[in-house]
Amino acid sequence: MAVSKIFGASIRRREDPRLITGQATYTDDLRLPGMVHACIVRSPHAHARIVEIDVEAARRHPGVVAVFTGRDIAGKLNPIPTAWLIPNSDLKTPPHPALAVDRVRYAGDGVAVVVAEDPYSARDAAALVRVEYAPLPAVVNQEQAVQSGAPQLHAEAPNNVAFTWKLAGGDANAAFAEAERGGVVVRQRFLNQRLIPNAIEPRSVVARYTSGSGDLTVWYTTQNPHIARFLMSVVTGIPEHKIRIVAPEVGGGFGSKIPFYADEAVVAFCARATGRPVKWTEERRENYQATIHGRDHITDLEIAARGDGTITGLRGKTWANLGAYLSTAAPGVPTILHGLMLTGCYTIPNIAYEVVGVFTSTTPVDAYRGAGRPEATFLIERMVDRIAGRLGMDPAEVRRKNFIRAEQFPYTTAEGLSYDSGNYAPALDKALDLIEYSRLREVQRQGPKDNRYLGIGLSTYVEICGLGPSAVAGAVGFQGGLWESATVRLHPTGKATAFTGASPHGQGEETTFAQLVSDELGLPIDDIEVVHGDTGAISMGWGTYGSRTTVVGGAAIALASRRVRDKAAKIAAHMLEAAEGDLAFEQGRFSVRGSPARSKTIQEVTLQAYLAWNLPAGVEPSLEASAYYDPSNFTFPFGTHAAVVKVDADTGQVELRRYVAVDDCGRVINPLIVDGQVHGGLVQGIAQALHEAAAYDANGQLLTGSMADYAVPRARMFPRFVTARTETPSPHNPIGVKGVGETGTIASTPAVVNAVLDALRPFGVTHIDMPLTPERIWTAIQKSAAPPAEARRQGAQQKDRR
Amino acid sequence: MIPAPFEYHAPSSVKEAIGLLERHGEDAKLLAGGHSLLPIMKFRLAQPKVVVDIGRIAGLDKIEARGSAIAIGALTTHDAVEQSDVLQAQCPLLPETASVIGDMQVRNRGTIGGSLAHADPAADYPGAILALDAEIVATGAKGTRTIPARDFFVEMLTTALTPAEIITEIRVPATGTGKGTGTAYLKHAHPASGYAVVGVAVVLQVAGGKCQKAAIGINGVAGKAYRASAVEKALVGKALDEKTVADAASHAADGADVQSDLYASSEFRAHLACVYTKRAILKAASRAG
Repeated sequence: MAVSKIFGASIRRREDPRLITGQATYTDDLRLPGMVHACIVRSPHAHARIVEIDVEAARRHPGVVAVFTGRDIAGKLNPIPTAWLIPNSDLKTPPHPALAVDRVRYAGDGVAVVVAEDPYSARDAAALVRVEYAPLPAVVNQEQAVQSGAPQLHAEAPNNVAFTWKLAGGDANAAFAEAERGGVVVRQRFLNQRLIPNAIEPRSVVARYTSGSGDLTVWYTTQNPHIARFLMSVVTGIPEHKIRIVAPEVGGGFGSKIPFYADEAVVAFCARATGRPVKWTEERRENYQATIHGRDHITDLEIAARGDGTITGLRGKTWANLGAYLSTAAPGVPTILHGLMLTGCYTIPNIAYEVVGVFTSTTPVDAYRGAGRPEATFLIERMVDRIAGRLGMDPAEVRRKNFIRAEQFPYTTAEGLSYDSGNYAPALDKALDLIEYSRLREVQRQGPKDNRYLGIGLSTYVEICGLGPSAVAGAVGFQGGLWESATVRLHPTGKATAFTGASPHGQGEETTFAQLVSDELGLPIDDIEVVHGDTGAISMGWGTYGSRTTVVGGAAIALASRRVRDKAAKIAAHMLEAAEGDLAFEQGRFSVRGSPARSKTIQEVTLQAYLAWNLPAGVEPSLEASAYYDPSNFTFPFGTHAAVVKVDADTGQVELRRYVAVDDCGRVINPLIVDGQVHGGLVQGIAQALHEAAAYDANGQLLTGSMADYAVPRARMFPRFVTARTETPSPHNPIGVKGVGETGTIASTPAVVNAVLDALRPFGVTHIDMPLTPERIWTAIQKSAAPPAEARRQGAQQKDRR
Repeated sequence: MIPAPFEYHAPSSVKEAIGLLERHGEDAKLLAGGHSLLPIMKFRLAQPKVVVDIGRIAGLDKIEARGSAIAIGALTTHDAVEQSDVLQAQCPLLPETASVIGDMQVRNRGTIGGSLAHADPAADYPGAILALDAEIVATGAKGTRTIPARDFFVEMLTTALTPAEIITEIRVPATGTGKGTGTAYLKHAHPASGYAVVGVAVVLQVAGGKCQKAAIGINGVAGKAYRASAVEKALVGKALDEKTVADAASHAADGADVQSDLYASSEFRAHLACVYTKRAILKAASRAG
């Protein structure tokens, strides 16, 4: 297919050939001379005192190079820090030792590390480390953890409370008082269950310390190498300029490779202490226990509306389970990224909300795809459906009625964010059209067939993307900037290398960023290489998360490319003996306006820039430019997702029949890649609605400890997705993009839950906690008040009783 | 996921394999396709000192029609069972069952003998093996014996095999299909493991509009697979209308020690057993022609 315009073209991902032919180099593929292998000994107890550790048998095991306990490394590694210190919340940051010294706080907490000549000896010797524990009572549930008498995890955090964060806008109490008098108030407790991120590549680290030079090089599975370099320096005490972090091919992260983990510091310590390069790759079981989990909120929520469906207020409280220690971004996820998005795409003027962050004896919880925003979208999108049910209104119409209208942008929400742009109704219309909403409602009115109930669910979402303006990051306590760097370097032969401070690991920016450079400079896309993920090659960067890579990093790439073009124009003008202002630049060629025969290609100009035989006065040799783009605002992509399900009332089984995703992520660089991002997000979001849930027993043992128990989504669970778009460019982003990495996860969970509960309306069922498993659905039907005959009348505009 | 150290043998004959089992006793484990043993070894839930890999023994992967029976070599993979022309024509229940085991990778490696010997109550084959009244041929030092399916499954993960016996063959009857015979296997798969939460295998013979014979094997529900005798009794001699089938199927979990786990309580599992039994019977009846 001939590509007419490179920006907007569905170019196949250039990453894929190496990935699908097994030529990609992941961290675990690396082999360094003299390399040894680490195995971390982890606590089997959720909460216990360490009485004694006997490592003698492990030390004597053949092949063992060294064994270190928490006591051995205490004082040699600093505690693992938290990087998001949310303000005005009385945040407690109890120390998180890299290896536990006298107490373990979750099953999976590291207590010792064995280094051996091969991974098998390391694993076998790890089994010989004898740790005597004095078990202490565990606490798994965050609401129970704050009760008096609950087991205390950290002396610094009384009642296990890490923080209390409050949000208020407008006058929520007045709105509720009014609704109690003449409108409608819906109250519901929602559980947003704990999820396990399940990147297919587990975490892996290779660390090499050269004592002769004092250099530490660490190859590892990170989404943000420069943040990792900084935190590695903080924890190891090795100065930042002596540390190089490389993210080789990274096989998925979904947020779980943002944090700086204790394990990474321990492996670096081992490399320094043994003088040998050390590799550590976690087992899948470790990945389930010691890599962060996501979500885990308990929320009591109330929503107030007038009798005509106008939503007037939102009030609630969330207990966010943070696990045993504060992971890198943990405090910001259930607060800033969650609370500030609660009113969604609606003009809800009044809000009062509180989030209590709680320590429990479980695996630490941090950002998982969407990070806070899926939780917010789930709450508001479920509540909008509940209001529709109570008022006997069509859920699509309640949404439309409360949308922020196109002419209201930029719109300041009750939470204080300024939404950059939006046009919500066309996306809703398009989704309703694609799903054949009216026809399906008609089919629904005809009643179930074979005891299978049809349900249609909507989710109209807006999310916060493109993290973000650095000044805002500072104001909300994020201990870093959120701008992004880019360098675009043209080589003498006219080829180009683009360096980005973002660190894509599956999102396709090696392709889309090449498209951006190509679009700006007129170079063939195959002449452009994109380099990322190496602090040795890239000056600075903040990494890939929060749907920021293309929005912020891509904008930086475009700006750097434009600077290259500006310099090239100066040289071209000199070469063509024309004024710079008289030049036109099109398809990679500078020409003199009015006499197109007088022209130079960008490649010709580049060669002269490097030869430097005859450059204009004041112009330095070479042709490259850097840009450091700090966005002026976040971006706010939005859209409407629609799901169609059939619920088998005999078994409770949900069949997802159709799924339509209409997303507006601003301008689209590569539709194929956008579709791929949406598809991946959808399966994760839908799996939360229907299948996934991490479960602990009362002793803090993870019951879903493997993929045989935890339902990672499979392709066979899904229909063919229908994706479509509307396009509302971001007015402040240099390339008009808004971000799309997380929209699928954010929108799809409530769409599917709404569809299932829509199917169950005839039974009077208004709420089921996720995941909506067959048993939960069947049980809800069994307990339903509606008699079977009544239940068979479906879809009428009757009102929910609850 | 690194298993504990073990000694590895790859005998080239059944006799040699039996010799290894006799020599190492309880320390030894047989490895065929590896899809049951290797995961539990990697979790170190099983730490056999000796692994006897019978996967290289020639001749144990054939499917042969022998008169009114079909003999299936123990090392036949699930995929080969699914794809077998002989089985599809003469005993379609088994290919239908094999087609829903695990995923494609499991079906390409896992073997029918290995699955039966492991005796996971949530595996898919046991229900069909029981409903077909199959025979399991076991070979030991003293020769070969034939174990009827009914006697084979003793309890969870335990079979009638002695420690030094190897399954060499499974024999199933050539039920055919249509002309009065209908079979079906229906399962509710666990969303993570793919194992049967409930799996119901049905063999029906219908003549003159009435059920002449019904054999129903159920896996996934109890600690071991079982024949749903009460359901069978309630079907024989009756026309297989929906009401009769539903009434009969309501006995699917009678007397079973119904299991409970994170995914399905015993109450729900028993309910699913009834629903799937009803649906499997109706499906088999529709195929009886």
